[in-house]
Amino acid sequence: MSDPSGVSAPEHRTELEHDVSNSLGTQGPTPAPSPADLAGRQRAKEPVEVTGAQALVTSLEESGVEVVFGIPGGAILPAYDPLLDSVKVRHILVRHEQGAGHAAEGYATATGRVGVCMATSGPGATNLVTALADAYMDSVPVVAITGQVSSGLIGTDGFQEADIRGITFPITKHNYLVTHAEDIARTIAEAFHIAATGRPGPVLVDIAKDALQATTRFTWPSKVDLPGYHPVSKPHHKQIREAAKLILAAERPVVYVGGGVSKARASEELRRFVDLTEIPVVTTLMARGVLPDSHPLHLGMPGMHGSVAAVTALQKSDLLVTFGARFDDRVTGLLSSFAPEAKVIHADIDPAEIGKNRVADVPIVGDCKAVIADLTDELASERKAGHTGDYAAWRATTGDWKRTFPVGYTAPADGTLSPQYVIERLGRIAGPEAVYVAGVGQHQMWAAQFVQYERPNAWLNSGGLGTMGYAIPAAMGAKVGEPDRVVWAIDGDGCFQMTNQELATCVINNIPIKVAIINNSSLGMVRQWQTLFYNERYSNTDLHTSVGMRVPDFVKLADAYGCLGLRCERPEDVDATIRQAMEVNDRPVLIDFVVHRDAMVWPMVAAGVSNDDIKVARNTAPQWDREERDEEDEIAVTEARSDQESAERANRAEEQR
Amino acid sequence: MSKHTLSVLVENKPGVLARIASLIARRGFNIDSLAVGPTEVPTLSRMTVVVDVEELPLEQVTKQLNKLVEVIKVVELEDAAAVQRQILLVKVRADAATRGQVLEMVQMFRAKVVDVATDALVIEATGSTDKLRALLEVLAPFGVKELVQSGLVAIGRGGRSISDRALRTA
Repeated sequence: MSDPSGVSAPEHRTELEHDVSNSLGTQGPTPAPSPADLAGRQRAKEPVEVTGAQALVTSLEESGVEVVFGIPGGAILPAYDPLLDSVKVRHILVRHEQGAGHAAEGYATATGRVGVCMATSGPGATNLVTALADAYMDSVPVVAITGQVSSGLIGTDGFQEADIRGITFPITKHNYLVTHAEDIARTIAEAFHIAATGRPGPVLVDIAKDALQATTRFTWPSKVDLPGYHPVSKPHHKQIREAAKLILAAERPVVYVGGGVSKARASEELRRFVDLTEIPVVTTLMARGVLPDSHPLHLGMPGMHGSVAAVTALQKSDLLVTFGARFDDRVTGLLSSFAPEAKVIHADIDPAEIGKNRVADVPIVGDCKAVIADLTDELASERKAGHTGDYAAWRATTGDWKRTFPVGYTAPADGTLSPQYVIERLGRIAGPEAVYVAGVGQHQMWAAQFVQYERPNAWLNSGGLGTMGYAIPAAMGAKVGEPDRVVWAIDGDGCFQMTNQELATCVINNIPIKVAIINNSSLGMVRQWQTLFYNERYSNTDLHTSVGMRVPDFVKLADAYGCLGLRCERPEDVDATIRQAMEVNDRPVLIDFVVHRDAMVWPMVAAGVSNDDIKVARNTAPQWDREERDEEDEIAVTEARSDQESAERANRAEEQR
Repeated sequence: MSKHTLSVLVENKPGVLARIASLIARRGFNIDSLAVGPTEVPTLSRMTVVVDVEELPLEQVTKQLNKLVEVIKVVELEDAAAVQRQILLVKVRADAATRGQVLEMVQMFRAKVVDVATDALVIEATGSTDKLRALLEVLAPFGVKELVQSGLVAIGRGGRSISDRALRTA
């Protein structure tokens, strides 16, 4: 059909049959033979007679799976029997299926491999829903395997029956219901291929109990044949040339980097691009660390709680060079007022993202790794021909903004602990090689702002869905995937109480994560909005975890789980407490940082208003340089709008996390 | 808003219709009609979806449909370049006094009477949406007791086939 955006998929669709081994991540060396991998070896000669459950476990082995997070139950029970025999696949018994899902996400995000979770039918499967929705929003490659009631029982409202395939249609990249044992191997191969390729995402495979129990001949498919699935990874050269032209002609370009660059493992390519073009860069919440924060052209994070330099650079830009970002409302603010003068180059592997929120002048469908490399090559050859962009003045302006408006905070006057200080010190002491995993809310924003990220995949969080409870299980998954790294969960007292039972999983399975609870005794972000927009009427945001009482006492709770529990309430104890935690590696450590509850996340662009209305503190807009203001009237946002006015506008466009 | 006819070639697998319906509902697209049936290729089904959207959302509908793994191909069939048909069954009040006039209308529209009772006729008509609307307008004065209509089906004019390329790649 005609495509108004000009995003026509390249016609090379010959590679329909993908080589499975290439697409599934790891293919390690073969260890000592087990009953299950004997089955694998025999596949070359003749198919082996196995149960559906054995076919499932062998398929997981063939897919390179090293760990599955899950909980058994009635319908999935047959699968757990051969799982016991597998020497390749380690199963980690979690305490709640949501934890299994987030652990699979954490594992996948930290390692780049497909994360796997397993649950039984009905409630087991529905408990995965939050994690699947989270993985869908943040494009995390996850395969979820669920048991289903026997095929004869499907549709009868049988015990623990839920139509999990129907339930997860809108929150999975694809999903399956398997009712025949002979379909298991092919389905698992397809699921891993779909999860890992193109725009990654969660794939659910629901398998009826009788399919697990029946016998079949196991053959591992050598190819995946999906006639309707051909992700385009190689960008169109014509579009690359068009993009290069716009870049050379621009005066105020900004590289707007999203999570797609992280997913594409294109950090190196991005670095080359930025060093060649010397265009200022912003990295979204999902892309923190993709370009080192220490890079001189890095302006910080854009969006609702972005840095003044990043937000303003986008607003004033005349060209957005967009790699793997999706113009999310948390980045654009009021969409119609976002970067009003900018042309847009939009590169994404998902054609549907291009033109979804903002029309692209140059759409590029392709894997960011290839797109950025090709664009860099194109600009390098233009440079040889004497064509370069001149952005020196723009670099100076954005650099000034960065120096003048660093993200900062004021320590509380009463000498109590400031949450930003805790997170800043944690980042300094644990360093750039650690993995930082956040929940959702104020602590998440502070962790995005005050930890310095120097490498990709050091920062894990729930960006799109905003799932409270993500941190603990995701940190557990990350630690399993990267056992040699220090993994810190930076969590809130609210978030922590949603999934803290996975500390039991960590203790039992020797997964020594570290947890910093930023305990402000409240649902902090909601409380901040109540402070700003609801006349300080604190409806249902007091959690009683430190102010007045400690319910629960997190140190005692840590102790009850067999973790080391520490508490820190004074600024002068912060470093020593973190260092103490860094020294303990034989069990999880939890620090209850009791912080000032009125601390707020700044800068802030209230929901539904223009990014021009960024505030660096309550009622305080950035004080722009006077000369510059005279020159560029539209930049001047010196007049702090009245609290009332911004509150009204924010209320109108209420979108509470 | 304007109407666009999309032909969607999908794998003939259980749940495909639900998946597409779920997508359309979730993304907030307005659909006018939807018809599904088998094709000349046993492994493929074809859906004809009439959507009521502007140009830009139409691009989103198409791209989102294309993202579904079981969708092989999405083609917009322009009115001028396609034959479009719907089927209508309508039960009209017709007694001895009015039957003659009703039959006259049936003839004018090249429709068929498929069931006769003493006080009613069931009329079957095939045609474009406009033709069926016109037929209903002239039948309305007699009294429409019941009517049922299929979704629109459409096929491109000329010698080429929608499944040509899909078949080659499948």
